Order: sequence, then C-alpha cells, then structure tokens
Amino acid sequence: MLLETIPDTSGYMIAGYAISFITMGLYAISLYIRRKNLNRDLETLESLQETKKK
Amino acid sequence: MQSKPIALKILDVVSIILLGISTYLALFFAPTEAVMGDVQRVFYFHIGTAWVGLLGFVIAAVAGIVYLITKDLRWDRFEVAAVEVSTVFFFITIVLGSIWARPAWNTWWTWDPRLTTAAITELIYIAYFMLRQGIEDPEKRARFGAVYTLLGGLSAPLTFMVIRLFRTIHPVVIGNASAAAEGGFSMTPDMRTAFFFALFAFTVIFIDMIWHRLRLGALEEKVEQLKLNVSL
Repeated sequence: MLLETIPDTSGYMIAGYAISFITMGLYAISLYIRRKNLNRDLETLESLQETKKK
Repeated sequence: MQSKPIALKILDVVSIILLGISTYLALFFAPTEAVMGDVQRVFYFHIGTAWVGLLGFVIAAVAGIVYLITKDLRWDRFEVAAVEVSTVFFFITIVLGSIWARPAWNTWWTWDPRLTTAAITELIYIAYFMLRQGIEDPEKRARFGAVYTLLGGLSAPLTFMVIRLFRTIHPVVIGNASAAAEGGFSMTPDMRTAFFFALFAFTVIFIDMIWHRLRLGALEEKVEQLKLNVSL
C-alpha cells in the first residue's frame, strides 16, 4: 500500500517569511534613520546660515 | 522639520494591516500544497515582491524618460525612489526563490534563464547606486541615472518573459510552462485569493515606501542645497 504524506518543509517556509519581514523592517528602519540624520544636518546648516547672516 | 502628511500616516497603517492579512492568508487560509508542503507558501510573497520589484524598475525607466524631456529634478528623485524600493523587494524575491528551490529542486541556486536574468537585474540596480554616488553634479547625475534606468529597465520585461520564451525549470503559474519546468502546481480558489491579495497588499506597501523615499529625497536635496549656500 502506498502512503502519500505531505513533506515537512515548514522550516524553509519560516525562514522565507522571517527573511522577508527582517528585510522590509531593516529598510523601514534605514529610511527612519536617514531622515533623522538629515533633519539633524538641516538644523545645523540652518543655524550656520543664520550665524553667517549676522 | 516637515511633519508627516495625514494621508501618509493612514497609508502606513493600511500597509501594515494589509501585510498582516496577506501573511494570514498565505500561512493559514491557503491550503497546503500536496507535493511541496508548506514551503509552497513562500510563493505568495515571492510573486508579490517580484511584481512590485519589476514594476518599480519599469516606473524608474519611465521617470528617466520624463526627466530627459523635462529636465525637472523631481523626476530624478522619483526614479531613485522607485529603484531603491524595487531593489529591496526584488532582493526578497530572489532569496524566497532560493529558499523554495532547495526542497523543490534540491539546490539553492542554478543558472537557469529566469534565475540568471533576475540576478543580473538586481546587480544592475545595485550598481546604479554605486555609480550615482561617484557623480557630484546633480544634473549630470540625473542625466546619467535617466539613461541608465532606461537601459536597465529592459531587464524587467526580459526577466518576466524569459520563462515563457526559453526552456527553463522555473514554473509558470499563469500561462504555459516550459516542458522542463519543475515544481509547478495548479492554484485552488483559496490559493488564488491569497495570491491576488498578496499582489494588492504589496502594491499598496510599495506606494507607501515610495512616498517615504520621495520625502527623504526632497530632504536630501534641501540639505545639499543648504550645504552649497553655507560653503559659498
């Protein structure tokens, strides 16, 4: 008698979804950090410009 | 500091909800495929990310053409946003494909026409950022970017069509597969629901990320301009 069983490939599935979420999360974090750094640069440059005007 | 528009805040929340629903549909709602088992479930995110990845590369090429016609730097900003977000999504596509291939084809990677064109496409756009960084003049950089994405954009339809034109082991879910294809399957109605929902969810997430990247690009330009003003 032939027994048909579905292979257990759940480990691969978990790895795939984990990598997808980690990659998307890291990209979202990178957008946030870059924005934060640019805002800091902007504040510094604006204050420098003000000093230059005076 | 520029505050985030309310529409973008709503889009952020909608994107997270859609990603959650899409994950639920893929992991719990869609039935387990009988031959491959649970690993087949990566297919929903694999196709969703591939769709927005390739779409973004085509959008970037169109933005490049518009820039060359109008010389408006906003189109360059749009092009950069589309390429960056698409490169991230297409990276996920390739990794998911490789993870699926291990149990389905018994190998992590093979130089099949589809896998080769996909890898070349990703490398073309990684190189795009490296080359852009070497050009200081914004207009020269934008002109280079426009021509590059226009030529690079050809790789997107080629990657899409290659499994329909050549003999390949990569399965074709919609359309006729090559005789050599391995790991193909017929979609049940529940699988179709999860599949189309993933396409929709990733399209919304893609728009959300493009918007964020556009805002970042505008800020980058502002800082660059201020740096010039201060140094003069």
